[in-house]
Amino acid sequence: MASDLELTPTSYINHHLTNLTVSLGEEPFWTLHVDTLLMSIILGMLGMGFLWLIVRRATPGVPTKRQAFVELLVEFIDTQVKNTFHGDRHKFVAPAALTIFVWVLLLNTMDLLPIDIMAWVYEHVFGLHNWRTVPTTDVNTTFALALSIWFLMIFFNVQVKGVGGWTYELFCTPFGKNPILWPLNLLFNMIEYVSKPLSHSLRLFGNIYAGEIIFLLLGMWAATGVTGSFFSVILGVGWLIFHILIVTLQAFIFMMLAVVYLSMAHESH
Amino acid sequence: MNINFTLISQALAFSIFIWFTVKFVWPPLLRAIEERQKQIADGLAAGERGKKELELASQRSSEALKEAKQRATEIITQAEKRAAEIVEEAKDNARIEGERILTAAKAEIEHEIFGAKEALRQQIANLALAGATKILRREVNAKVHADLLASIQEELK
Repeated sequence: MASDLELTPTSYINHHLTNLTVSLGEEPFWTLHVDTLLMSIILGMLGMGFLWLIVRRATPGVPTKRQAFVELLVEFIDTQVKNTFHGDRHKFVAPAALTIFVWVLLLNTMDLLPIDIMAWVYEHVFGLHNWRTVPTTDVNTTFALALSIWFLMIFFNVQVKGVGGWTYELFCTPFGKNPILWPLNLLFNMIEYVSKPLSHSLRLFGNIYAGEIIFLLLGMWAATGVTGSFFSVILGVGWLIFHILIVTLQAFIFMMLAVVYLSMAHESH
Repeated sequence: MNINFTLISQALAFSIFIWFTVKFVWPPLLRAIEERQKQIADGLAAGERGKKELELASQRSSEALKEAKQRATEIITQAEKRAAEIVEEAKDNARIEGERILTAAKAEIEHEIFGAKEALRQQIANLALAGATKILRREVNAKVHADLLASIQEELK
């Protein structure tokens, strides 16, 4: 759209799916998606800052409407965690779940912003040619979250059961402690440990990314003429409303899975 | 789908946000909520206690009322009894006093009678003596016949 190049479906989609990158080193690994990082930090600061501003003046007496809203959110998360995690949840797991839910929800919600208008704003107000609004359509974000949870999982495994207990669990569950079964158990556990972060992160990424692609396709359809515009508006509204659900649901699922993984790390088989 | 340094920076941001929430967001709100829960529980308990106390107080008051009524009846009964006693006592006293006065009067009368008798006897003796003296004239010497006179006097008594 706002590109100087000839506008083709490919260039349109590419334009919307290209990150603003900064190279920090020779290797391709040392590139940084500035848009992803900046958007998520801004949104995280907005979300957590909002919570903090209200919470620091929290009163046990009659709560203000804003405090009641935050309490509703916190109690909702706390209830979910309480049903899954049977330990001192207030020390880490519940606040972590709150962070995950609020942050991921805000990142996903960026998907509801109209992509082409945002692209125009980035181009003409901030002078940024490539800027992706939704950090969760960047696989780096979802992997960062899932891997952090994964490392926490291993950390809690070791902290709660000790290295010996964890190793025992790796070799002797779920099939039994017969030495013949050790390789099978280990293989099973390895698959589980690999599949957990993969499914965790790719579920979120896939849902939000697919949502964005649908919006892009509808946008392309709108470019074909009056009929296309008409249908794309109707379908776009429908998809947008449905996407409100997906955005919330995926944030919730991501949080719940994180809580479940962390609880499993705390519990012995 | 290219994994790069963004992942590490995002993980860092994630951990900082988690740390922030664990440290600054969760505890104050939890404290407020728990405090409120405690206050509500206390309030409910206090209400329950108040209700129970009210019940107890009304029970106590009705008991006190009943006791007071009983006491009043008792007092009235006692007073009536006492009044009857006093009347009885007064009657007794009056009777005893009357008897006493009567006895004293009788004694007085007896005393008077005795005195009068004595005086009469004295007078009779004297009269008799006087008569005898008149009859005998000179022959009776008071000094010689003093013992005779005394025995007559004694007999007349």
